[in-house]
Amino acid sequence: MIKFVPQLVNLLATIILLLSFAMISQRRIVTLINLFMIQGAALVAASFLLGYVTDQPDLYVSGALTLVLKVIFIPWMLHRVIRKLNVRWDVETLFNIPTIMLVGIALVILSFSLSAPVSRLSETLAGGTLGIALACILLSFMMMITRSKAVPQVIGFLSMENGLIFAATTVTNGMPMIVEFGVALDVLVGVLILGVFMFQIREKFDSLDIHNLETLKDDEA
Amino acid sequence: MIALLFVLGIPLLGGAALALMGHRPYARDVNVLFSFGTFVASCVMTVQVINDGPAFVWDKQFFVDPLNVFLVTLTTFVGLTTSIFSRPYMRVEQDHGKMTPPRMRLYHSMYQLFSFTMLLGFTTNNLGIIWVAMEAATLTTVLLVSVYRTPASLEAAWKYFILCGVGIAQALFGTILVYMAADKVLGAEHATLLWTSLSDIKGQLDPTIMSLAFVFLLVGYGTKIGLVPMHSWLPDAHAEGPTPVSAVLSGLLLNVAMYAVLRCKVLTDGAVGTPIAGQLMMGFGLVSVVVAGFFLSRQKDVKRMFSYSSIEHMGLITFAFGMGGPVANFAGLLHMTVHSLVKSAIFFTVGHATQKAGTQIMSEIRGLIKVNPTVGWGLMLGVMAIVGMPPFGVFASEFLIITTAMREQPWATPFLFVGLGVAFASILARVLPMVFGDTTLKPLAHPPALVPVFVHLAMGLTLGLFIPPYLNGWYVQAAKMLGG
Repeated sequence: MIKFVPQLVNLLATIILLLSFAMISQRRIVTLINLFMIQGAALVAASFLLGYVTDQPDLYVSGALTLVLKVIFIPWMLHRVIRKLNVRWDVETLFNIPTIMLVGIALVILSFSLSAPVSRLSETLAGGTLGIALACILLSFMMMITRSKAVPQVIGFLSMENGLIFAATTVTNGMPMIVEFGVALDVLVGVLILGVFMFQIREKFDSLDIHNLETLKDDEA
Repeated sequence: MIALLFVLGIPLLGGAALALMGHRPYARDVNVLFSFGTFVASCVMTVQVINDGPAFVWDKQFFVDPLNVFLVTLTTFVGLTTSIFSRPYMRVEQDHGKMTPPRMRLYHSMYQLFSFTMLLGFTTNNLGIIWVAMEAATLTTVLLVSVYRTPASLEAAWKYFILCGVGIAQALFGTILVYMAADKVLGAEHATLLWTSLSDIKGQLDPTIMSLAFVFLLVGYGTKIGLVPMHSWLPDAHAEGPTPVSAVLSGLLLNVAMYAVLRCKVLTDGAVGTPIAGQLMMGFGLVSVVVAGFFLSRQKDVKRMFSYSSIEHMGLITFAFGMGGPVANFAGLLHMTVHSLVKSAIFFTVGHATQKAGTQIMSEIRGLIKVNPTVGWGLMLGVMAIVGMPPFGVFASEFLIITTAMREQPWATPFLFVGLGVAFASILARVLPMVFGDTTLKPLAHPPALVPVFVHLAMGLTLGLFIPPYLNGWYVQAAKMLGG
């Protein structure tokens, strides 16, 4: 069993990375939420697997937290929000998906070269995945920059959080419990606030397009 | 140390209590009362630390030493004066119809919770909890910035949330790397994020991991400090929220982020052995001073102008701590103090001025001194203090920073002079006509609370002329802890 574990973790890491790529090129909002949910599930699997192998109950708790928050609650809430806002079947116009993908590949190479000296030092089972975690963070970062609608931006934010949790799980076998709970609480409250904001933005601007939010400029102020 | 329980407990309780009754007319006074209670508790804690030295609380989860106790007192003090200022200010806003009772409830409750998150960030010994507190501070202030529900304030709050969310995610990655470095030294069972434990073993932490971690931590927390180029949320958030919020954002929240960076710098310096962390901070600081100076000269909105001035001063502080050494660290701490006091005083007067004028555009605010001489003089003196005129405290700290820079980093001084000079000229040129000249402004229904303004300015003046010996000893001790 132990023999296959590093490979299994690497497999899950690859799935998470592929899902990040799928998200940056996905234009349909409802599919985006589902992709995010699957990414969360892969993260949970990685946590449970590592928890089982290293015999650390903390990782089970961390995995359970992700399961409840990122696989069940947040996707459910986002589905509800887009239904209420009636943007469920919205398709976003994304310019030049091939270019975005190429930039994404460059980001992956960058994160591997950045984290190579550090991963070599890691003693945990899956230390080599630090590069993938960093790549997920940077890809989500890029997703937030390239998207102009509110919901995809929020999903980018959450997927960045996934990358961070994945880094914590694989590289250090999880953060101290109190920190995990604090982070989870912040994410939960943050998503709730953003959900409320989306309704308010819709009410004030008649659209969820963030391009409307560009009036605050220094010259016009 | 029971005092810490009160320092953290009172604002938390206040947040809960005001969530229930914050819309009632007397909630304004209750808000002041809770802030006053927190301030008293922090004074008691300060006295204890002065007498008994640094202390651990609750199984080392909290840690009080000369560095953070001084920032805690500053935070609770400005928190108290801002709550006093906010009483008549928010009453006028309510009369103008900008605030409704539910919004007042949200405002009061979030004000107290915001104080709680800042104090938690200062006193916790756990680097992970600092991160959690910073993110929670972002969440509470996002609600405060958007409280008017205007399109502009929603835009500012959204930008604030997204940019700081992204920024602070980098800081979490940095924290994970620090934990990884600790894991290597202490082993999986004993690995910890407690700062004091990490500080004990900082010489053994892996230099490669720690330098990579510091880059992420600096970029992450630097977003919250408002360092250029991660600063673009700051002017929007400061300009669109209620003025008491601008005062605490500028005067206090930026300090919390600065504090987090300082704690991380101590660890990185110990681990790496080269001044790489300091050099990074000097670079970011210097860029911020210069860029903010030029942006500042183009502003038309008074609150935006002063928020760029905050970016500039935080850049200067970052630069000072980046240079390191006893004098620069001392000057950095002093500058943090006087900047908090003076900048919040300026926002208080600016708040009243904009309420009278009904606009934040500077060219439409004229002749403050005729309508209300106290507000006019308050703004004038505050501006003299912030641009670094002697004998105010800002002059003293800027003088120390610049002379140290001349000796240790001579290449940087021209940039500092350009940045500070541009800011000096443009702030004075904008503010003089606002204070003097003919006026069309009308007096307000509720007399403004201006005592805080003059208390702050008097303290800023005192610190420029004479630093009381115990305070001096305290700064020196704190500067030494930063590796002076």
